[in-house]
Amino acid sequence: MRARNRELLALVPVALLVTAGFTAVFITKSEQIGDLSLTYGGYFLAACLVCHLFLRFRLPYADPYLFPLCALLAAIGLVVIYRIKEDLAFDQASVFVLGLALFCVTIVVLRDYHVLERYRYLIATAGILLLLAPRLPGIGAQVNEAYLGIKLGPVNFQPSELAKICIVIFLASYLAENRELLSVAARRFLGLTIPPLKHFGPLLVVWGAAMLMLVATRDLGSSLMFFGAFLALLYVATARFSYVLVGLLMFGAGAYLLGSGISHVSDRVEIWLDPFGSTATGAGQVQQSLFAQADGGLFGRGLGESLLRLPGPFAPDCQQPFPECGSILPAPHTDFIYAVITMELGLFGACGVILIYALIAARGFKTAVMAPDGFSKLLAAGLTAIFALQAFVIIGGVTKVIPLTGVTLPFVSFGGSSIVANMILLALLLVVSDAARRPRAEAGGVVS
Amino acid sequence: MNTPIVRLYAFILLLFATLVYFTSKWTVFDADELADKDSNRRPLIEQQQIPRGTITTSDGVLIAESVPAGRGRRPVFVRRYPQGALFGHPVGYSFVDVGNSGIEESENDLLIGEENEFATLIDELRDRQPEGADITLTLDAEAQRLATQLLQNAVTDPGSPGAALVAIEPKTGAVRVMASVPGYDPNEVRTDAGFERLSTAPNSPLFSRATQATYPPGSTMKVVTAAAALDSGEFEPDSVLDASSPIDISGVPLENDGGRSFGQIDMTTALTFSVNTYWAQVGEELGTETMVKYMERFGFYEDPELDLPGDEMAASGVINEKGKLVKEDFDVGRVAIGQGGAEGQARATPMQMAEVAAAIANDGTLMRPTFLQQARDPDGRVIEELDPEEQSKVISKEAADQLTQMMQKVTEEGTAAGLSVDGVSFAGKTGTAEIRLEDRTNQPWFIAFAPTDDPQIAVAATVERCQGCFGGDTAGPIATAVMENLLGK
Repeated sequence: MRARNRELLALVPVALLVTAGFTAVFITKSEQIGDLSLTYGGYFLAACLVCHLFLRFRLPYADPYLFPLCALLAAIGLVVIYRIKEDLAFDQASVFVLGLALFCVTIVVLRDYHVLERYRYLIATAGILLLLAPRLPGIGAQVNEAYLGIKLGPVNFQPSELAKICIVIFLASYLAENRELLSVAARRFLGLTIPPLKHFGPLLVVWGAAMLMLVATRDLGSSLMFFGAFLALLYVATARFSYVLVGLLMFGAGAYLLGSGISHVSDRVEIWLDPFGSTATGAGQVQQSLFAQADGGLFGRGLGESLLRLPGPFAPDCQQPFPECGSILPAPHTDFIYAVITMELGLFGACGVILIYALIAARGFKTAVMAPDGFSKLLAAGLTAIFALQAFVIIGGVTKVIPLTGVTLPFVSFGGSSIVANMILLALLLVVSDAARRPRAEAGGVVS
Repeated sequence: MNTPIVRLYAFILLLFATLVYFTSKWTVFDADELADKDSNRRPLIEQQQIPRGTITTSDGVLIAESVPAGRGRRPVFVRRYPQGALFGHPVGYSFVDVGNSGIEESENDLLIGEENEFATLIDELRDRQPEGADITLTLDAEAQRLATQLLQNAVTDPGSPGAALVAIEPKTGAVRVMASVPGYDPNEVRTDAGFERLSTAPNSPLFSRATQATYPPGSTMKVVTAAAALDSGEFEPDSVLDASSPIDISGVPLENDGGRSFGQIDMTTALTFSVNTYWAQVGEELGTETMVKYMERFGFYEDPELDLPGDEMAASGVINEKGKLVKEDFDVGRVAIGQGGAEGQARATPMQMAEVAAAIANDGTLMRPTFLQQARDPDGRVIEELDPEEQSKVISKEAADQLTQMMQKVTEEGTAAGLSVDGVSFAGKTGTAEIRLEDRTNQPWFIAFAPTDDPQIAVAATVERCQGCFGGDTAGPIATAVMENLLGK
C-alpha cells in the first residue's frame, strides 16, 4: 500500500476516537452542554483531512504514521479538554486549524530544509531572543514566579516552545559540520577525551546563552528539555558517551548551585522529595495530582465521570472562571492534563498515551536513521528527542518521577503556542522524512 | 550515527517505562494508601454527593437522614439527626469536615451503596445515580430513651461524671440499647468548631462509656469466676469453703463486706450474698491460666466483635499500672472478685459485662453482638439481614443452667432482693467496686437477664464514681426498668 493510503487508513482510528469521545462526554454531561459543541470534533477532523490531502501532494513519501499519531494525541487532548470545559475545546480546535495552516506553510517554505544550515547563527540568535522575550518590559508576563509568556495585545504566547525548534536546528547544523573535529581527540587526560576547545567554543557559547536565558526566566522544565536535547545531539554526533557523562555532571553541579539559590527551584525539589510533608506552596497541587491518579485506578472513572469541579458548597468563591478556579486539581487543562487522563481513562488510558509518544519517537528516530546526510539525521533525531523529552518532563513531573516543572504535554495540553510550535516541529520531521524515503532516482538522480 | 540514534531511542523508552511504572504505582499499588490520606477530600466529597441511606430504630424511629444542601447542579447531601443526643452514641455522625464515626462509619459501605465493581458498572450503564441503602438497627428507641433518662438521673449526684447501659438479646446478639451519658448531639459536630467544643467539654461527652470505658467490674466479675469454676468441673454449686473474714489472699488480708464472717458456705450462698473471701479462694484454686481462658471465651482481651470502629471500643481484661493488658503474674484471687493490685486489675466495659450476662442466658453460648437488623437497597430489596452467629462456646449448657439458678437466688434473696422485673423470675448479680474509701465513692454495677426460663434480654448497667452508691440500689433499678420496658414488646 502506498504511504499516503496508509496514512489515510491510520486516520480512521483518530476519527473514531474523536466521535466516541465527544459522544461519551456529551452523554454524561448533556444537561449542561449544548448540542453545538459536538461539532467541534467534526471541525477538527475536517482540518486533519485537509492536511492529509495537502501531504498527498506535497510530501508523498513522508512517514505515513507520524501525522496520524500526532492527530491521535491531539484528538485525546481535544476530548479531555471538551470534558473539562466545552468552550475550551472550541478554542483548542481553532488553534489546531491555525497550527495546521502553519504546518502547511512550513512544508511549502522549507521543502528544501537544507537552507536552514545557511542561517544557523541567525536562527540561534532568534531562539535566544525568543527566550529572552518574557523578561522584556511591556510584553513579559509572569506566571507562577516564572517568566514563561509574552503578551501581545490579547495573544498570550510562550516563546520557549518556538525557541526549542530554533536551538535544535542550530545544534544539528553546527554538529553536522564539526562532528568529526569534535570526536577526534585533541588530548587525553585521565582516560577522558578532551575535545579541541576551538570547535566547542561556539557550541558552548550558544548553549550557555540559552541556559542563562532560561535561568533568568526561571523556566526549569524548558531548561531540562533543552539540556537533554543538547546532550542527545552531542551523543548522536560524536558517539562519545563520555561527553554525555561530563555534561550530566556539569548539569548536576549547576542545578545544585542554582537550586539552593532560587527559592522557586528548591521548593520544587522539596515538594518532589516529600509532597505530603512539604509546606512549600505548590505541594498541594502535587498531592492533588497523585490523589486524582489514585482515583483513576486500572480502568479510570470514565470520561466526564470523575470528580474535577468542586460541587456547590465546596467551591471557593471564584473571580476567575472554571477551570482556573473551582477545580479540585489545579490546571487540569494544561500542566495536569495527564492526571485528568489517568483519572478518567485509568492506568490503561495513561499507558496508551505514553505508548503513542513512544511510537512517535520510534517513527522520528527511524526517519533519522534513514536520512541521507548528517544534518538531516541530527535534525530528525534532535527534534524527536526534544519532543519525547518534553513529554517525559511534564508526565514525570505529574507522576513525581522528577520535580514538577511547567511545560505542556505536546499536542494534548490546552494552549496555542505549544500546538503551533509542535505543528512546525512535525512539519520539519515530515519534510526530512520525505527526503529520506524518496526513491533515490527522484531525489537527486544519484542511483547507487 | 545510526547506532547512537538507536541507543538514544532505547534510553527514551527507558524514561517512558519509568513513567508507566510510576503511573501504575499511583493508580494501583499505592491507590488505597493515597485514598486514605487525610488531605485527600475526594472520597468525602464524592460520598456527600450520594444520598446516604437513612438509619432507623427497630421500632421505626428515624435516627439519621440525608437532606440536600447547597447550590450548584450536583446537589450535596448533609446528614441530619432528628433524635439529637439520644443516639449520639453509638450511631455517631458523618460530616465532610470531621469525617465519620460510630455506626455511620462501620456501616458506611451499606449507607453509601458501595457495591462490587461489576454492579457499579451496570448502574453506570443504566445511568442510575448511586444511592445508599436504608438500614434498620436492632436498637429500640423507647428503651434507649428510658435508659438515657434513668442514667441521666443517676449522674446528677455531685461527682459522678457519667453512666452507661447496654442491653443485648441473648439469642441473637442484637444490641437493643446502648446508652452512655453524657451524650452529645451529632448535629453539633457538623463543623470543626462544634467538634472542638465537644471534645474539650467537661466529662468528655464524645467518649462512649458503654464501649470505651473500662471500669473495675466489682462483684459482677464473680459471675465470670463462677462460670469458670462450674464449667471446668472443679466446683459444684454446693462446693463448700470456709468464708471467714479476713483471710489472706496473696499474702494480704481480704475482708468481706462489713467484715462479716460467713463460716462454711456453699457456692450458691456465696454468690447470693457476694462473699468476697469465698470467691477469692475459688479464683486462687482455679489459677491464672483458667481464669484468663474463661475471660477470653467471654470476649475479654479483645475488642467486642461489634460493628463499631475499632477505635471506639476498648478491650476488657486484667490491666496493669501501665495500662497494658496482662495475662499472668497478677493477684488472681482479687481479680476473681473484680479487684486486683498494681500488677493487674480487673477492668471491663459495660458492653463486655452485658456479653457475660448474655452468654449465660443463652445456655453458655455467646452470640456475636450486632446493631444491624436489616438493610434495604433503594428499590426496597433486603440486601442484608441479621443472621445470628455464634461468637464462642463459653461454658456448657449444664454449667449455664446451674449458674442461672444461682443468679436467680441473688434476685430472690440476695443482694438484689429488692429488685423485680414485671413479676417474672430473673437472674442477676450486683457489683460495687470501691473507688475511694474516704468519701465512699463507688462504681455500682448490675448485670442481669430475664426471664430465667426463656431469657429474652440481658443487660449491664453502671454508674461512674458515684458517692454512696451500691449496685443493688443505683445500677439495679435502672437495669430492671429497661428490661421491663423491653420485655413488654
